[in-house]
Amino acid sequence: MSDIEQRVRKIVCEQLGANEADVKNASSFVDDLGADSLDTVELVMALEEEFDCEIPDDEAEKITTVQQAIDYVNANLK
Amino acid sequence: MSEKRRVVITGLGVVSPVGVGTEKAWANIVKGQSGIARITKFDPSAFTSQIAGEVKDFNVENYLSAKEARRMDRFIHFGLIAGIEAFKDSGIEVTEENGERIGVSIGSGIGGLASIEATNDIYDEGGTRKISPFFIPGTIINMISGNLSIMLGLKGPNVSIVTACTTGTHSIGDAARMIEYGDADVMLAGGAEAAITELGVGGFAASRALSTRNDDPATASRPWDRDRDGFVIGEGAGVMVLEEYEHAKTRGARIYAELIGYGMSADAYHMTAPNMDGPRRSMNNALKNAGIDASKVQYVNAHGTSTPLGDANETNAIKATFGAHASKIVVNSTKSMTGHLLGGAGGLESVFTVLAIHHQISPPTINIFNQDPECDLDYCANTARDMPIEYALKNNFGFGGTNGSLVFKKI
Repeated sequence: MSDIEQRVRKIVCEQLGANEADVKNASSFVDDLGADSLDTVELVMALEEEFDCEIPDDEAEKITTVQQAIDYVNANLK
Repeated sequence: MSEKRRVVITGLGVVSPVGVGTEKAWANIVKGQSGIARITKFDPSAFTSQIAGEVKDFNVENYLSAKEARRMDRFIHFGLIAGIEAFKDSGIEVTEENGERIGVSIGSGIGGLASIEATNDIYDEGGTRKISPFFIPGTIINMISGNLSIMLGLKGPNVSIVTACTTGTHSIGDAARMIEYGDADVMLAGGAEAAITELGVGGFAASRALSTRNDDPATASRPWDRDRDGFVIGEGAGVMVLEEYEHAKTRGARIYAELIGYGMSADAYHMTAPNMDGPRRSMNNALKNAGIDASKVQYVNAHGTSTPLGDANETNAIKATFGAHASKIVVNSTKSMTGHLLGGAGGLESVFTVLAIHHQISPPTINIFNQDPECDLDYCANTARDMPIEYALKNNFGFGGTNGSLVFKKI
């Protein structure tokens, strides 16, 4: 598991109060991990904080799974 | 018109500076144990008042997940946990049928001040994008009532009153009216506060309301003592389950006491300074609503904040209300031990009033070393007293000149 993947998964667990074992790369925040709309806003804020970046709202809306979050960070990390 | 629906108290919940849990808090109150100490939440060195009644040994994680807990201000934690404890104590089970007949009326005077301060710091440093989506739902005052309804499935009336230090009293009185009027059969009612923050303490200190007896915290809250010098800020929550009498009887509930009277008034006088006529009318209105003669009352749980003006004013108001009978009443301030919980005061102190009836004992007013000659009632100085209490009156008065009084009866 890459460093970025590990860090993303850790944030997802913390923010959504999910068990590590339940968080798969294919997991959808809303459908699989029980997030609501406010949870996903906060999750994106936590990713911005962790990776010291700014994720525009229209990009943030497209990040709905753990894998999409990992891909976004990989593609946009400074 | 059909007979008035009666309201009784069937559950109690406490989060307080003298203990978390009703039993522990009551034991300490009867013992005369002070919950006041130097502030630990922040470094108070720069403040004129450096003491408070902080809630200790409080583990919100026993009740909420870490994720839920961090999205709610501390005052919500206090109110939720006092509410859950009161509900458990009542033994009521929520079902498909009764959920719509159970409501919540828990307020706060100030709300999520600590979270507002912290979010402002985050905003100053990081700008708009750093403001949490949970900032508003985590700080606004009706979120104790809101979250309790969600957690327990309570679909009846859901309100939160904000009337400064009378919040808890009004919350209970209004909730009882909802039961009387038929809007609900059961109401969780009370108040909560968590304003021991830099701005909270700084603000009250600026209005010269706080005690500065920093070298001796345990004796700083001294209602009716000659050398009282202001109130000591406290935090916590007190919540009770109010229930329609027949409803409680049918399910064989333990009944602590009956709530038979509620009165309100405004001073129409000054933003912060007290006035004798408003409290007098509040007490009279409560007695009138209770339908009893003033001479029936044996115990008054006073507002008794330990401010020079307020304590003398309440003494005069009690004399004006009760006349010659005032000298026969035991008047007690549990704030001498808990400090002043502001919006939580009416909730916590109403719980203590109900327990005073339930156990037939007046708690002491501690720290009366030299009773002020201007304040010449029986304040149950320094030692608790076994005594018959059939009727008890509870007062609270708040900034803005808003007053509330409740009359409880032994059952």
